[in-house]
Amino acid sequence: MSELAALLPVVPGVWRRRFVLTLLLAPALLWLLALIVLPHVQLALLSLRERVAPHVFEPSLAQYRTFFTEPLYWEVFVRTAVLSAVATALTLLVAFPIAWVITKVARGRASSLLFVVCLIPFWVSETVRSLGWLILLRQSGVLPALLVKLGLTAAPVELLYHDATILTGLVYTSLLFMVVPLVSSLESLDNSLIEAAYDLGASGPSILRGIVIPHAAPGITAGCIVVFMLTLGNYLTPNLLGGKNSQWFTELIYTQFIVRFNWEQGAAFGFLLLGLSTLMVSVGLRLSGQRFVDVMRRS
Amino acid sequence: MSAVPGATPDLEVRGVVKEFGAHRAVQDLSLSVARGSFFSILGPSGCGKTTLLRMIAGFIEPDSGEIVIGGQSMAGVGPNRRPVNMVFQQLALFPMMSVGENVAFGLARRGVRKADRTRRAEAMLERVGLAGAAQKRVDELSGGQRQRVAIARSMVLEPTLLLLDEPLGALDLKLREHMKIELKQLQAAFGTTFVYITHDQSEALVLSDHVAVMNRGRFEQVGTPQQLYYEPATAFVAGFVGASNRVFGRLKSADGGVGEIETVEGCRVCARTSGTMASGDHVEALIRPEAANLEREAERLPQGQIRYVGSIESLLFDGANSAALLNEEISRLPFRVALPQTGRLADLKVGERVHFSFDPRRAVCFRDTGTHV
Repeated sequence: MSELAALLPVVPGVWRRRFVLTLLLAPALLWLLALIVLPHVQLALLSLRERVAPHVFEPSLAQYRTFFTEPLYWEVFVRTAVLSAVATALTLLVAFPIAWVITKVARGRASSLLFVVCLIPFWVSETVRSLGWLILLRQSGVLPALLVKLGLTAAPVELLYHDATILTGLVYTSLLFMVVPLVSSLESLDNSLIEAAYDLGASGPSILRGIVIPHAAPGITAGCIVVFMLTLGNYLTPNLLGGKNSQWFTELIYTQFIVRFNWEQGAAFGFLLLGLSTLMVSVGLRLSGQRFVDVMRRS
Repeated sequence: MSAVPGATPDLEVRGVVKEFGAHRAVQDLSLSVARGSFFSILGPSGCGKTTLLRMIAGFIEPDSGEIVIGGQSMAGVGPNRRPVNMVFQQLALFPMMSVGENVAFGLARRGVRKADRTRRAEAMLERVGLAGAAQKRVDELSGGQRQRVAIARSMVLEPTLLLLDEPLGALDLKLREHMKIELKQLQAAFGTTFVYITHDQSEALVLSDHVAVMNRGRFEQVGTPQQLYYEPATAFVAGFVGASNRVFGRLKSADGGVGEIETVEGCRVCARTSGTMASGDHVEALIRPEAANLEREAERLPQGQIRYVGSIESLLFDGANSAALLNEEISRLPFRVALPQTGRLADLKVGERVHFSFDPRRAVCFRDTGTHV
């Protein structure tokens, strides 16, 4: 150690700075390596082998072949992607006015209060929140009873187990993750830009299109990426609100790992889902003309 | 002033009032700005000038009163439909657009075809000395260039009235001096009516045909820069426009429009009286530093003026605006006295005893209202 200390003054500044930087980053890097990279390597190896006899495995692409030859897997995969995209779009539509009110309409305390109101439901676990939806929506629940009372339906209807129910739950669950980046990107929008556009003859919609959305684009993209990934990988909400009808891809992965004990197939599904989210995010970035690094830096 | 006599004024404000809660930001203001003139509203921060400007632009509706622009009442007309454009304090150029797109923005909103608006935007950029900058990004421009883009963006719409909200405030001193001249030249070249608000008296004096001095939601005085400087109507104007020595005391005598004031400390000062005042009134005299004569020998001071002896506390060298801070020997009152521009007394030293006097016609006294700035 004393030798190292003696050496240090001789080491050029650049190297010393690099050494300190490595030291500071070490916990994060170890974390990434141990909990993310290593398990994924293990899963990748799992997904690329096939059991040919008890305790005998051979490298093969059979797990991936099964996915493409079995229509159920395929269809659930596409359905999950489409519904996730719809849920993301709906979340954006709901979150944008909320973020707008928080940043541009409400002032001071009211603004903070609104933000906290958005945050409070997230202090409760997702399970409890979803169970709350169950109480509201099930056939003997609050909302169907209300509909009967108002004379809108003759008998209580089952509001659970529809795609719309799943979407509602997903939008509700992801709302905060859209509101936060939107609030931060709208907060940095100088009000005088909006006034200047208004002064130069622009109307509300053209200010939104020409000034607000281009400014908030990184926040919108960041929110959409986060919400899309969370939705795609969500297990609890589709399962509780959609029941057997939900047909969410994460449920197939769960079944393979836990019910059928087919880790090889489960691992392959996991990688397919990872590939899907990567693909969708990059397509989204391309379409909106954003760069991933910029989005993550500015949001 | 280049206004056409008899023409309808471009801007008329009639009895406008605006209150925020219990605070009366603008109190029953009226003003009229002639076509083609450069009109400034000068006042300290919080005096209501920004509120007034935002009412003219249409961002705030007045509680009562009327705003008429180019002969048309603006009641219920939104900012996007008024023949008025505004240059914002922070300029508010759109960072997501190129310089050319910024200038063409208003034209696009009016439905001007793309080829046409590109041509007009480029022509306007050329007029403000930014030919060929249309493709640049806003953040590639210097502060002064951005200023010109902000003006070009408004002027391309050929507004009846251009409002400027302290547009030079964000610039450094050197550039501010330069932009002052440029702004005046641009206004003369376009012939558009400018309404300019500022808290900087030098900007207002240099640029304007007419200046309104505003304080606590009211106009203290409206007049040419010369009138404000040489014939201030109130103590506030005298104190706010240009530097002044302020002396508080009682009026001892007044005859021929010149009064003699004696302070508690026993210092006697002569100044023009303003308004009706009688002996014994509490008054405040304002004396311009350049109204003073400063000499080493008392005999060289002009005859018939009260002579004071003082010691130099500090010397403020600022080229042609150099001044000395003196303490009058008997009363210990501080005075700011301009040094001769010829450089005759450039060798004065701190602590030196000097003689000085004031021209009473260039000092003015007002009844002391107790509202000290």
